[in-house]
Parts: sequence; C-alpha cells; structure tokens
Amino acid sequence: MHTLTLKQMSQKLHSGEITSVQLTQHYLDRISAFDPTLNAFISVTPELALSMAADADKKLAAGQGEFLTGIPVAHKDIFCTDGVKTSCASKMLDNFIAPYNAHVVELLNQIGMPILGKTNMDEFAMGSSSESSYYGPTLNPWDHQAVPGGSSGGAAAVIAAGLAPLATGTDTGGSIRQPAAFCGITGIKPTYGAVSRFGIIAYASSFDQAGPMTRSAEDAAWLLSAMAGFDARDSTSLERPKDDYTTQLNQSLNGLKVGVPAEYFGEGLDPAVETQVKNAIAEIEKLGAQIVTVHLPNKDLAVPAYYVLAPAEASSNLSRFDGVRYGYRAKDPVDLQDLYRRSRAEGFGAEVKRRIMVGAYALSAGYYDAYYVKAQQLRRMVSDDFKRAFEQCDVIMGPVAPTPAFNLGEKTDDPTSMYLADLYTIPVNLAGLPAMSIPAGFVQGRPVGLHLVGPYFSESKLLNIAHQYQQVTDWHTKMPAQYK
Amino acid sequence: MSWEVVIGLEIHAQLTTQSKIFSGASIAYGAEPNTQACAIDLAMPGMLPVLNQAVIGKSILLGLALEAEIGRKSVFDRKNYFYPDLPKGYQTSQFNFPIVGKGRLEIEVDGVKKVIGVTRAHLEEDAGKSIHGAVTGQTGVDLNRAGTPLLEIVSDPDMSSAQEAVAYAKKMHELVQYLGICDGNMQEGSFRVDSNVSVRRPGEPLGTRAELKNINSFKFIEKAIEIEIERQIDILESGGKVVQETRLYDAEKNITRSMRTKEEANDYRYFPCPDLLPVMITQADIDAIRATMPELPAAKRDRFVSQFGLSEYDATQLTSSRAMAEYFENLLAKTDAKDPKLCANWMLAGFSAALNRDGLDVAQAPVSTEQFAGLIGRILDNTLSGKIAKQVFDAMWAGEGSADDIIEAKGLKQITDSSAIEALVDEVLANNPNQVAAFKAGQEKMLGYFVGQIMKVSGGQANPAQVNQILLSKLS
Repeated sequence: MHTLTLKQMSQKLHSGEITSVQLTQHYLDRISAFDPTLNAFISVTPELALSMAADADKKLAAGQGEFLTGIPVAHKDIFCTDGVKTSCASKMLDNFIAPYNAHVVELLNQIGMPILGKTNMDEFAMGSSSESSYYGPTLNPWDHQAVPGGSSGGAAAVIAAGLAPLATGTDTGGSIRQPAAFCGITGIKPTYGAVSRFGIIAYASSFDQAGPMTRSAEDAAWLLSAMAGFDARDSTSLERPKDDYTTQLNQSLNGLKVGVPAEYFGEGLDPAVETQVKNAIAEIEKLGAQIVTVHLPNKDLAVPAYYVLAPAEASSNLSRFDGVRYGYRAKDPVDLQDLYRRSRAEGFGAEVKRRIMVGAYALSAGYYDAYYVKAQQLRRMVSDDFKRAFEQCDVIMGPVAPTPAFNLGEKTDDPTSMYLADLYTIPVNLAGLPAMSIPAGFVQGRPVGLHLVGPYFSESKLLNIAHQYQQVTDWHTKMPAQYK
Repeated sequence: MSWEVVIGLEIHAQLTTQSKIFSGASIAYGAEPNTQACAIDLAMPGMLPVLNQAVIGKSILLGLALEAEIGRKSVFDRKNYFYPDLPKGYQTSQFNFPIVGKGRLEIEVDGVKKVIGVTRAHLEEDAGKSIHGAVTGQTGVDLNRAGTPLLEIVSDPDMSSAQEAVAYAKKMHELVQYLGICDGNMQEGSFRVDSNVSVRRPGEPLGTRAELKNINSFKFIEKAIEIEIERQIDILESGGKVVQETRLYDAEKNITRSMRTKEEANDYRYFPCPDLLPVMITQADIDAIRATMPELPAAKRDRFVSQFGLSEYDATQLTSSRAMAEYFENLLAKTDAKDPKLCANWMLAGFSAALNRDGLDVAQAPVSTEQFAGLIGRILDNTLSGKIAKQVFDAMWAGEGSADDIIEAKGLKQITDSSAIEALVDEVLANNPNQVAAFKAGQEKMLGYFVGQIMKVSGGQANPAQVNQILLSKLS
C-alpha cells in the first residue's frame, strides 16, 4: 500500500477498496518494523491514529470525505498536538503535553488525517543533520551511515522509508529542503506567512515556515493546499484568499525562464552534485524552458547574516523555557537564579546553548549595531538580489546542498562546517521566498536534490514545474531497497 | 548656595480595554490568581501575540490631547530579562518607535502656569505578580496581570518641586480619565506613578537620580518626593554621594528606603518583535480619532463660564473630573437649565460633601440626576426653603425616595400662606415682650432674633422673605 501514489490511495479510500484503518495499520506496522533502527519518530501514537482512522472511515462512508480524508500523516515534533507529547527533540520539553493543537494540526485533523506520530528533528530545529536531538540521531534510509539532514530529518526519513505517506516539516534556514534533498523526497517551503506559525514552537520567528514533505510534487500540492491559509492568531500570517495549489499542475513549461545563478556553481560545490543538478536543469530545458544566467552576488553574506539574526531571535524565543511554568525543572534549586541556571543548563543541548549565547551576544548593548543591525542590512541586500534576479527569470534553479548527505558524526564537532550545509537554502529564508527541493539523482547511492526558488506566492508555479519534471523522470519514485 | 530640584515622572496608565494587549484574556480586576491568563499569557510554546487594536486609538487620543507627535510607524520591541512573573522572558514594549512622541502638558501651581514636556508615551504589556508568603517558603506567581495593556507616559525632567510633580500627575490623571482611556484607579494599580528625583547646584549638570516606585496616592507622592529631596541634599551637603537606585516610600515612617541599586546596568537586548508587524498610522486614522475626542477640561471650564454664567472657581471645581462635569450637565438638562448657579451650588456643597463623607465616586452617588432635578424644582417653585431642601436632600441620599415623596411623607412644604405666617409672627412677638421693647429702643439686631424664633416655631417651613416682610410691618 505504501507504494501507491497519493491519488491512488485517495481513490481506493473513497471507493471503499481499502479503509483508513487498514491503511493506518499498514503504516503503523511498518513503523514497528523499521523505526527501531531509523529512529525517525520521537512518539508513535497508534491508538490515536486508529481512532482517527475509524472516524475518517465514517466520514468517507457518509460521502463526506475530502481528497486527504483517511490519509495518515506524521507531524514534526515541533507542531503542538493536543494530548500528545511535543518535545521539539529537547530534554527541556520531554514532559510537555500541549493542551492545544497547532493551526496546521487543526486543519489536518478537520480533514480527518490520522496522526501516526511525531517525527524526530534537531533540538528546537537547530541543526542540519538531525543529530542534535535529545532522542538520538535519525538515520538516512538510503544509507544508515549517513545523516538524513535537518532539522526535519525525521520527517524526510519517514517519507523516504515509506513509514508515512505525508509529513509536515518546518524550514527556518533550509530545514525542509535540505533533508528532502538528502533523503530523495519532495519538500516545499512556502512563502513566509503562507502557513500559520500558531502552535509551532518558535526557533527564529521571522524565518520559520511550515511546509509539506512528500514523495512527489503532486502530493506536496495536496498537502500544502490543506496546510496553508490565513490564521488571525498569527499576526504575520498573510491575509489572502486560500489557494488550491493542485489546480496549476498541468501547465506547459514552454517559455518558462529558468535563472541559474552563476555564483551557485563554484567553489565548495561537489562536482558530482553539480553534474546531477545540471542534468536536471537540462531536463527542464527539454520541457520547453529557457535557461538564463542570473547573479546573486551577495550569496556569501547570507550564512553570516542568518547566524546572527536567527540566534538573536532564538535567544529571546527560548527565554520562556525557564523551568517555572512547564517543561524541565532542575531538582531542588537553592534559589531563583539556581532554578534558571540549572534548568536551562541541564535542559538544553550543546547546539541550542551555542545559538542562545551567540544570539544574546549579537543583541547586547555594545554589539547590537555591529551585528544585529548589520545583519538586517545584509538580509535586505540578499533579498534585493532575488528581486533583481526575478526581473530576468520566472524561477531560479540550483543545488539544495553542496554535497549529498554527509556521514553521521562527520560535522558534529565543527559547527561552522555544519552551517555551510545550508549555504544555498538560507538566502531564501532571509528573503521569505517560496522554494522547494525535488529528487534529481544520486551520488554514490545518496540522493541529490534540485532547488527551485520562486518569487512571493509562486508556489503553484514551482509545484507545476516540479510536477512536469516528475512526469518525465522517476527519481521521486525510487525507494531504498530494504524499505520497498 | 541653594539647591535646584529636578523631577521627571514615568506614569503607567492601564488602558480601558476589555482584554489584554496581545491576547483575548480578560483584564477585570480582582479575579482569583491565574484565572485570567490564557495560553498566550502563560507563554506556552508555539503561542503568538495578536495586537488588541483598541490600544492604538486610545494612545493616539492621549497623543492628540498632549499636542504630541504621533508615530506613523509604531514598532513593538522585545525587552529581554528573566523574572518569574515575566512568562516569556521578555516584555513586549516599544523602544525606538513609540506610538506617541514629543508632547506637552500645562500645569498650574499657586496660580503660576508652567509647561511640562512629555518625552514620549509607549505601549507595553504588564508583567504578572509574584506573591510572597501564600505558600510557605515559596513564592507564587499570579499571571492575571500579565499582558495588561499599559501606556507608559514619560515626562521630561521639567518639574522642580514636589508640588509641580503632583500637579503634573494629577493633570495627567484627570486627562486620561477625560479621554476615557484609563479609569485612573490608583488603588487597583490602573494609574501608577514613578518619580525620578535628583538635586543639583544651579547651573551644574544633572545630579544622580533616585527612582521612587509605584506610590499609590498623590499625597504620598508629594511626601515621598519632599523627603527624598531632603535626603539627597543632606547627603550632598555632608560631602556624600547619591547612589542611583530604586527606592520605596514607607508611609508609616515617612522615609524612603532602598529597594535595589543599579550598579549593574541591565542589558535588555531590545530588538523588534518578529511576531508583530509594525503598526502603520495614516493621517486619515489620526483625523478619525481626533473626531472622537471628547471636550477636554479647559474647554469645558471655559464653556461653563460663558454658557452658564458660572464663576471661574465653580467651573473649575465642576470640571475637576469628567464624571462630575457630566453629572452637572445631566442635572442642568433635567432642570431645563433654569438656574445653573443654583445647580452648581448644590453640586459643590451638599452633593460633593456627601460624596466625600461616604467616600464615593460620582458614578456611585445614590442620588440620580432625575431625583436631584426634582429637588431643584421644588426649590425653584418655593415649595422648599434652602434649609428644608437640605433635609430633603439628605433623606434622598439615604434612599427615602423622590423629593416629592419625602416632602409629602415628612410634611415639609414651605408655608407661604400670609395669614398663617402672620399668626406665627404675632405669637413670637407676644411671647417676647422684652425683646420687642429692646428693638423699639433701637436695638435693630433683635430683628434677626425674631426671624430665628419664627422659623423655629414653623419648623423651618415659613417662607423667609414673607416672614421678614410681615415682621417689619408689625414692628413699624
């Protein structure tokens, strides 16, 4: 059942050929079989999933089902789920059960999508390998020596291994696209503000954006249509009519102008990755697109700007985890300072502490202008680069990451080299643009992704391009042999 | 050589909204701890603030009344620090782009007018409250107040005496209530004043200041500032140095004492809150708010003088609060404004005295303007003498019904029947032959004695004008 396309699955559910309970049980069985090795889930919720599936079956039987009704989903453990632990992969929230649902969870619950569980991730979404989780690293289904990418590594692994047909992720500096590339799946980070952040545990508020992680662009279009939309509880949510991203999936690519940034194909890019990416772009050219060279001259400023601004926001966002109201509290504090210090020292992992310290430093009185203000200026410059580039093209294409998935432990002792794994994805978050990663081949058995970046609100266009590509290629249908 | 006093005030005015500044939780006073704190106020993970738009209009109203610049782009910032009653670990406030910029407020002390500069007024959320002692050996946290909308109004250091500081605070207190943006309740903390006090030799740079926090009455603000000035002068004159610190006023001992020093400067790491968009304010928004501006005290006072012929003094008294002025105008309307001076006299004498005696606000007065108008009507049609009217008023205040009911029940109608009054005059003159003889011998002051006696035997009900007239004719 897990090899069916989403469309086939939906048809079988609606025709009664299979039930949601059967489908859900199938995935739960696969999770039981494979997850003890993969460690892609932090929580698995079989009872909840089956009871939601039973409700979905009633809905379907009554003819009230929507396209996604009865299709199970796995949520990244950063989305708050009423009654189910939401840990954000941190010891700090190991005991935290929210009394509310994130807006995204609410939306998918209303459709009747059984929740299989909560997926593993980097602690508080800080990382590019899913190794900083309190619950241990997730393995890459294609190669257990490799990381799945991060921070939505659990979600990417779950889709790649067929442990769920659909998953949610969040992308602050590339956390949907980079693991999607490393695991050979499709992931889209929508325009900032397209999906409500309500109930998503904040890492860096002005960058955080939720999106779907799926096997194909078509699946992503369905899930994104369900996740996106205005929410009054998030002040940065965009107030515009709800989009149906599935309606533009069969447009010809004739005349499409694809911008290829000269700066994205230089030093630091693995030549084998470059070959795969260029092949993919050539394939899209064959479909009628015209290739133009564009320039993003400030590309190299994006990572330093991001690693000032995101930690600055994070240092403030994570202040609420103080051991006073919920979450981890140090044992027997002697006084208030001790309560704060030890709760935070014992509750947070190394990468989180590093970013809190960097952020607090960047915001401190003597350094604010030199770091925070300067980084905001860089953010604007990077954003303006894109604006200029989009005067010459409809979409920008390039690599998602400079290398295929690296080995577990390879970069854990060298944070700056880890930060460079997001070199191509971060500029997009600085600008708030929509972007996606689609499977585009393999290098030594590890997947490679093609990066598509569009102007604001161009999700439908990106999904169509990706879908057209996936009509003539089969990278997105491939599965690691042992998970077939 | 003398000392110069420099005082600046920071006033926290709680805005009159139904709900908190960034959440839908109620801000009603006096609820059980933590019953008015929702997930947003508790800073639960994933929760986001949504601005209560009502605070914008209310702030702009104050800005307009202070003739201040209105920030066309108003930005919310995060002020980061750890405290148990600060759930998010930061307070959402405004730093570089406050809602209200430079403005001014005129005060008057002993007939001298002075303009006090307003530096700015910015919006912010209140923190919660730490409760010591409720749980043995531990501190409890009540987050009902967390997220309560405050407008912090910062003055320039323009005041040079405790009297000026109090005049400014009172003027601001009156203004925010007139504007309807703050209920001004100091007991409940809706209007809180922090005073920054320093002294210096004339011509010298500003001295080190001490901050007197959260004093909840004007009287204590004045006292606290006065003794703080004395304390600082004593220190300096004996060769010491004033320490920058926050001090508390102890009303019982009439001293200020140190609460915390500021030797370690806090670094609040302000930055724009990424969860909230900047508030953009257009000229059209400002014009629309200006159109809703109520009549302010000075304008009202001038109108009371010109329209109703009241004295400056009476008009000032009657406009001392919006509620008082409104009560007065309602009373006038119900009496068809036949005698504004009579109404003013009654409001400022009997009515105000009764409010003071019972410790009530105008809004809590047990006599409605309708009832009051009934009483005024009976005075105007001579049914009641002034003295009896006072009795009726007291009975009304005590809840005994309308003026007519009370007059009826107590038989208090004024006696205007000439023959009845004549009989009373005859009776008094007959009973006081010695006094009559004295009067006739030239002691004119006896006249007052006779009037008093006649009023007494009539139970105060005889019409005094008629009594005078008949008495004089009998004695001549």
